[in-house]
Amino acid sequence: MSGLRTSGPGRAAQYLALLGYLLFLAVPFLWLLSTAFKPPRELSSLHPTWIPHHPTLDNFRQAFDEQPLLDAALNSLVAAVSAAVLAVLLATPMAYVLARRPGLFSRAATGWVIVSQAFPFVLIIIPLFLILKNLRLIDSVPGLIVVYVVWALPFALWMLMGYVRAVPVELEEAAAMDGAGRLRTLVSVTAPLLAPGIVATALFAFISAWNEFFFALVLLKSPEKQTLPVVLTHFLGAEGVADLGPLAAAALLATLPSLLVFALIQRRLTSGMLTGAVKS
Amino acid sequence: MTPSTALQRSANKPRPDRRGPADFGAWFLVLPALIPILVLSVAPLAYGIGLAFTDAQSGRTSATQWIGLLNFRDLAEDSLFWESFRIGLVWAVGVTVPQFLLALGLALLLNQDLRLRWLARALAIIPWAMPEVVVGIMWRLIYQPDAGILNETLRDLHLGSGHDWLTGLGTALPAVIVVGVWAGMPQTTVALLAGLQNTPRELHEAAAVDGAGAWRRFRTVTWPALRPVALAITALNFIWNFNSFALVYVLTSGGPGGRTRLPMLFAYEEAFRYGQYGYAAAMGCAMVGVIALVLAVRLAGRLRGGEQR
Repeated sequence: MSGLRTSGPGRAAQYLALLGYLLFLAVPFLWLLSTAFKPPRELSSLHPTWIPHHPTLDNFRQAFDEQPLLDAALNSLVAAVSAAVLAVLLATPMAYVLARRPGLFSRAATGWVIVSQAFPFVLIIIPLFLILKNLRLIDSVPGLIVVYVVWALPFALWMLMGYVRAVPVELEEAAAMDGAGRLRTLVSVTAPLLAPGIVATALFAFISAWNEFFFALVLLKSPEKQTLPVVLTHFLGAEGVADLGPLAAAALLATLPSLLVFALIQRRLTSGMLTGAVKS
Repeated sequence: MTPSTALQRSANKPRPDRRGPADFGAWFLVLPALIPILVLSVAPLAYGIGLAFTDAQSGRTSATQWIGLLNFRDLAEDSLFWESFRIGLVWAVGVTVPQFLLALGLALLLNQDLRLRWLARALAIIPWAMPEVVVGIMWRLIYQPDAGILNETLRDLHLGSGHDWLTGLGTALPAVIVVGVWAGMPQTTVALLAGLQNTPRELHEAAAVDGAGAWRRFRTVTWPALRPVALAITALNFIWNFNSFALVYVLTSGGPGGRTRLPMLFAYEEAFRYGQYGYAAAMGCAMVGVIALVLAVRLAGRLRGGEQR
């Protein structure tokens, strides 16, 4: 890809630097893997090793025994899927209008998208906490979903606006000239072209909600209603003394869904972010 | 191509002919998202700022009262708050700057024709996809005094017998900052890489033909093209880092002795451990002040940059 050839020592230095980056990025993850498969004896050993001598799956079993991981995973799944679907359903029409009709309103909305990224969460969560309390939606997954939807909307709008702009207006005008109505044009011309972008946006909203911690920590109090990230912190215990094996095993399991989804959308996500950024 | 130019022109201007029934349609499309945004985001924000001027508390029987600037006066005299604020700034700068420099280096490498580039790209994405809580847990395993790999590696290299990284008064904040850098590198790298791929290749080659060295080429060709992206991502990173919560909550919960108590952790404790909603909201407002300052500086920088061109 890069046209310029660097030769000899320059190349070597570049590979050395790349190796350094690879180590820095990979080591924490590899250590998590290693810890998750170690039996207790090796975990308390004073000279820990990279590769477990006697790899075991006991940590995973124990993790499920110690904390309600299945319930938590289910809560996380319900919250993340609902938030993603709702956010995209609500945001797509608005993103379409904002992208197609530049004007004062559109600029105000884009400004709000940026401002909403900059506000400290405390300033949002205290009022939301009080409002949800009045609505009796505190300590409930539906209440959390409401918060996640509102929290995902700015980014969803941002990404979707980029995708809408990538659909040429000329196509819609051509369909209109051929006699298709507004709705017909939207459904049969715009929607299919927009579909991949909508899916990418939904998956991104899914990952954000699946990984989210602060709102869930504040809003969910009963153990059986909590999401995975909150339940994971229970492994740490009061004094920070942790049962390392099950902790690592549970952390690993909690990461897999978002890693998988991320692998699916990585390319689209970065391009979507950029079209959104470059055009405005 | 008259029709298409006409289209482009009309796209940039208000279209009076489209007003009327079509606008109904537009509002119909906008409202489903606009209502939740107004009710659950804009209104709470205003409410939250308003709370900063009240004595709102949890579990009170008497009505909440306006107390004017009393919360802010208390904040000004609260040495714990100032300490937390200072730590927050050290953390935000300490994470944002290395994050940018490391990400720039990685982006420049990934923009080269190197083997294993695919692996580095894949790995660079992992921290982005992970729940912050898991990132915190992972690094706790690394920093673990006995069973952690960091101390074991230090022992192997005969660099001392190791530390209690996260509970040592002097090491806690630096240790936490390293994790912050690690966790935030992917977004920054991806943004910078995209910026790099927009730099004009011909200019680069022309400069190389003219005999410009790598550093000179970077300064005269790459950096000017990359600057807008670099400034934007740095400002965003600073704000995100200043507002961050989960990582440090999992790593140290603000300890030891408050050495890593970021403003967000402090405000969280005030609001949801002690129930001081009004006071915590005032802290939030103070944080907004810092962020607004950063945005103002960034905006001023952008205006000045625009004049130079």
